[in-house]
Amino acid sequence: MGLKEFVEKSFKKSPWVLHYNCSSCNGCDIEILACMTPLYDMERFGMVNVGNPKHADILVVTGTVNHKNKEVLKNIYDQMPEPKVVVAVGVCAATGGIFREAYNVLGGIDKVIPVDVYVPGCPAKPEAIIDGLYKAAEILKEKYEKMGKAEEVLK
Amino acid sequence: MIKEIGIFIVAVILAPLIGGFLSGIDRKLTAFIQGRYGPPIWQPFYDVIKLLYKQRLLVNDFQVFSAYMYLLSAILSVGLFAIKGDLLMILFIMSLGLVFYIAGALSTKSPYSQVGAQRELMQMLAYEPMLIFFAIAVYNVTGSFNLAQIMTHGKLLLDLPLMFILLGLVLTIKLKKSPFDLSASEHAHQELVRGILTDYSGPYLALIHIADWYELVLILAMIAILWSQNLVIGALIALATFFVDIVIDNITARMTVKWMLAFSWSISILFTIVNIAYIYFRR
Repeated sequence: MGLKEFVEKSFKKSPWVLHYNCSSCNGCDIEILACMTPLYDMERFGMVNVGNPKHADILVVTGTVNHKNKEVLKNIYDQMPEPKVVVAVGVCAATGGIFREAYNVLGGIDKVIPVDVYVPGCPAKPEAIIDGLYKAAEILKEKYEKMGKAEEVLK
Repeated sequence: MIKEIGIFIVAVILAPLIGGFLSGIDRKLTAFIQGRYGPPIWQPFYDVIKLLYKQRLLVNDFQVFSAYMYLLSAILSVGLFAIKGDLLMILFIMSLGLVFYIAGALSTKSPYSQVGAQRELMQMLAYEPMLIFFAIAVYNVTGSFNLAQIMTHGKLLLDLPLMFILLGLVLTIKLKKSPFDLSASEHAHQELVRGILTDYSGPYLALIHIADWYELVLILAMIAILWSQNLVIGALIALATFFVDIVIDNITARMTVKWMLAFSWSISILFTIVNIAYIYFRR
């Protein structure tokens, strides 16, 4: 295995997860926390829960975006270094859910930042979240490969 | 001379591999104690390689300099240890790198980074005296700070049993394990976001992880020379200390900075005086 393959594998094997509660009802959040418990243990895929956007690879967002927190969400997304992947957990993050028509709600988080993986459910099941995070890790690897190709083109 | 350069290079290449492997075992064992499956044993290498190839995001240029200085001093101290240099010199080079590490964290405006750096300073204040006392006690037995001469005394552990416990404590503080995990919010506690590491990101965080592996190997090597008659037994003693540290990490809660200072200072002064008195009475 050459260095290039090992680096690509590293991106797939070591996604660090940042969790942001975007005015969620806390239902999806406790399911995300359940992923870290011994029963589900997302660390066996190398996923670590970090609190710092500068260290994170995957941004996990729960809840709907409203006019107050859209800037916060954008700010967190901008602070993460490339390559980065966004996972929307729950129907609220995907489409706005039952709050879609509320006067203060913009809708799903894809109105503000690009989303790569949608995890459905109200609340989403821990198995579904881990599945989504694993898909996100694969997308992270693909994005790294694309980054390398873009650098070659720029040379 | 050529032989020494060869040993230096081999030690510098091997040390991070051993350090990374040990921290992989650390994570697996912690997961086992917590009843989880845990990450693969090579996980720290995946983490560091990934970080090395992430995008560079800088707060200021001084951070780059300090991350490289921390790594350089860690490499130099491990290399000097391998060619049996001077024990005091090694300790000073090691703390020089830590000063840059802390200055790099203090150079940013983030309050989390600032508080983390202050706590790291306090941690340094807690374990630096222990290392100096260790050097003094070793001098009392062997009459030298030179590692080659220290290692002619085969079973230092029998003369310095209490200093061995102090070195175990240094390892706990240095690895930022509970109850001393104050400066960097280990284990995803996040009350200081990531403490001193908050503003180091991407490749520079990877450099700091690699430097931490070097320092882990250095402290373990210091424990190993306490049984220099047969270095395999010395290495086994060092590994046993490391495993005890992991168990302590998992069964204790975090304490405060004040408690850490009071505890480490009182215990290091007490143990050093008792141990040096013991050396004199044995003569």
